[in-house]
Amino acid sequence: MPEQIPDDSVGLVTPETLHFDDELALQSGRTLPEYDLIVETYGELNDDGSNAILICHALSSDHHAAGYHSMEDKRPGWWETCIGPGKPIDTNRFFVVSSNNLGGCKGSTGPMSINPETHKPWGSDFPIVTVKDWVISQKRLGEKLGIKQWLAVVGGSLGGMQVLQWSIDYPDAIKHAVIIAAAPKLSAQNIAFNEVARQAIRTDPEFFDGDFYAHDTVPHRGLMLARMLGHITYLSDDSMGKKFGRELREGKFKYNYDVEFQIESYLRYQGQKFTGLFDANTYLLMTKALDYFDPASEYDNSLSTALQRAKAKYFVVSFTSDWRFSPERSHEIVRAIQDNDLDVSYAEIEVNDGHDAFLLPVEKYLNVFHAYMNNVAKDIQGGDA
Amino acid sequence: MTQLRTDLQIISEWIKPNTRILDLGCGDGTLLSHLSKTRKINGYGVEYSIDNITTCIEKGVNVIHTDIDKGLSDFDVDSFDYVVMTQAIQALHYPDKTLDEMLRVGKQGIVTFPNFGHWKCRLQLAFGRMPKTRTLESEWFNTENIHLCTVNDFEDLCRKKGIRILERTVVDNEHRTSLGMRLLPNLLGEIAIYRIQRR
Repeated sequence: MPEQIPDDSVGLVTPETLHFDDELALQSGRTLPEYDLIVETYGELNDDGSNAILICHALSSDHHAAGYHSMEDKRPGWWETCIGPGKPIDTNRFFVVSSNNLGGCKGSTGPMSINPETHKPWGSDFPIVTVKDWVISQKRLGEKLGIKQWLAVVGGSLGGMQVLQWSIDYPDAIKHAVIIAAAPKLSAQNIAFNEVARQAIRTDPEFFDGDFYAHDTVPHRGLMLARMLGHITYLSDDSMGKKFGRELREGKFKYNYDVEFQIESYLRYQGQKFTGLFDANTYLLMTKALDYFDPASEYDNSLSTALQRAKAKYFVVSFTSDWRFSPERSHEIVRAIQDNDLDVSYAEIEVNDGHDAFLLPVEKYLNVFHAYMNNVAKDIQGGDA
Repeated sequence: MTQLRTDLQIISEWIKPNTRILDLGCGDGTLLSHLSKTRKINGYGVEYSIDNITTCIEKGVNVIHTDIDKGLSDFDVDSFDYVVMTQAIQALHYPDKTLDEMLRVGKQGIVTFPNFGHWKCRLQLAFGRMPKTRTLESEWFNTENIHLCTVNDFEDLCRKKGIRILERTVVDNEHRTSLGMRLLPNLLGEIAIYRIQRR
C-alpha cells in the first residue's frame, strides 16, 4: 500500500458505472438489450473535447489503469507506468478514459451480471462479444462523455487490436492510433494456447458448464492452469531464465511432485492469485474475442484493403523478445498502413521481458512512447499543449 | 534552423516537390523534416537506432524501425519517387543487395558516401595508417564503416548491375565543388553524391 501517493500518479480514483439503454446488436447475431460500462477517467476534458484519450485493455485487465482506489491498495492500476502526470500518457494535458470491456468481470456487464430475462447470472449463456462489439460500445461511451473524436486510442496486446479495429470502423472518430505489442490476427499457435486454457477451465468439474455461481463455487484449478499457461506466453525464455533459472526452493531435489523449482512456485502463486480475482467465464470469452479478431476478413482477407478507409496517424511498437505477438506481426500492421500512404512510425524495442514488456518501465520504450505522445499533444485544439 | 549537412543540401535541390520519399538510414530525421517543410514531400524514414527513432518521432517524422540489411520487403515495387540513402551504404553488410532493393521500391535512388579514394585517405594509407578524416572520424577498430568504397568502385558496381547514373556531384566537407573535383572526382572529392536509376 502506498504510504504516500507518488507525485507522478493520478492519485486516488473512483470508478463510475454508466448505463446504456440502447440495445447493442452483436457480431454473433445476438443482442444485448442494455448494458453497463464501468469507467475511470484521469485528467480534465478540455472545452472542445479535443484532448481525450481512450485506453483499451488486454485480456485480463480492466478499467483500473492508473492510480489507487484507496490508501489500502497494494498496487496501482495496471498501466501506472505509462499514465499519470509527466508520463507518456500525461494526465496534465490529456483526458484519459479507461473502461472495462463488455463481458468483463470488474463491473461492466458480463457473465457475472444478472440476465434480465432469467434473473440469474448469465454464466456461459452471456453472448460472446468480439473486438468489433467492444469498439461499438466504446464509441457510444465516447458520445456519452461528449467526445466526438478521440485524440488517440491506445492499447497493448488485445488492447492494441481494439485500436486497430477502431481506426478501421470509425476513421473519423480517431486521430491517432497507438498499437503496442499486438498482431493483426492470431496465429494457429496463439489459438492453440487459448484452446488449452479454455479446456483447462471447461473440464474443471467445478465449472458446471459455466453455471458455477449457482453452485457457489469457482473452477479454481482450471482457471489457475489457464493463467499459468498464459504467464508462460507473456514471458520470454530468457527473462524466465534470468528470473528463476533452475533454482530450487530447498536447494536439492526431493524426488517427488511437490513444488521444487522456483518457476513452479511462481506459476502456482500467479495462478492461485488470479482465481480469486478473475471470472472463468470472462476468461473464456476474452480468449474467444482474441481468436475471432481478424479485421482483414471483412475485406477480402487483405489488411491493406481494410485500412483503405482509415485516416488515423499510427504509432506501432513491438518488443524483440515477445514471441506471443512477435515484431513480425507488428510489421504486418505497419506494412498495411504504409500501403495506404498513411502516417506511421514503428519502433521495435530491444528487451528481454517478452510480451509483458509493454507494461514495464523499459526506458527506451517509455522515451519513444513519450516522444510520440508529445506529437499527439500538438494536435490538441486550442493549442494549450 | 541550423545549417543542413553538405550532401543533404544538394539532395534537397535534386528532389522535386510533392513527391514520395523513402530515406534509408534517416538518422535523426533532418532530411525528411527539411524536405517536408521546403518541398512538401511525404514519405518514411527507415532507421535502426532506437534513439534516432525517438528523435525522428519527436520531430514528427514518420520512421520505421528496420534493419536495412534484411531487405525492404515492407515496401512494394516503385512505391516511392526517390529512395535516398545518405552516408549509410558504407555501414551496411550487403550494400550491393541494398542498391537493388532501393531501385526496386523507388523509381530513382539517391546515394551519398564518403569517397575513400580522396587524396587524404590515399596519403594516410601510403604512410601505412588507416585513414581518419573529417568525413571518416572513427578509429579502425570502432568504426561502423565496414564497406568503404571509392568513386570508381561505386561506378564500377553500378556498371556491373546495369544501374544508370543520372547525376553525380562530388564536394568537399564545406559543400564546395571545384573544377578540380569535377575533373578528378575520385582523387579530390570528399563526399560523392549520385542520382541513379534502373535500366
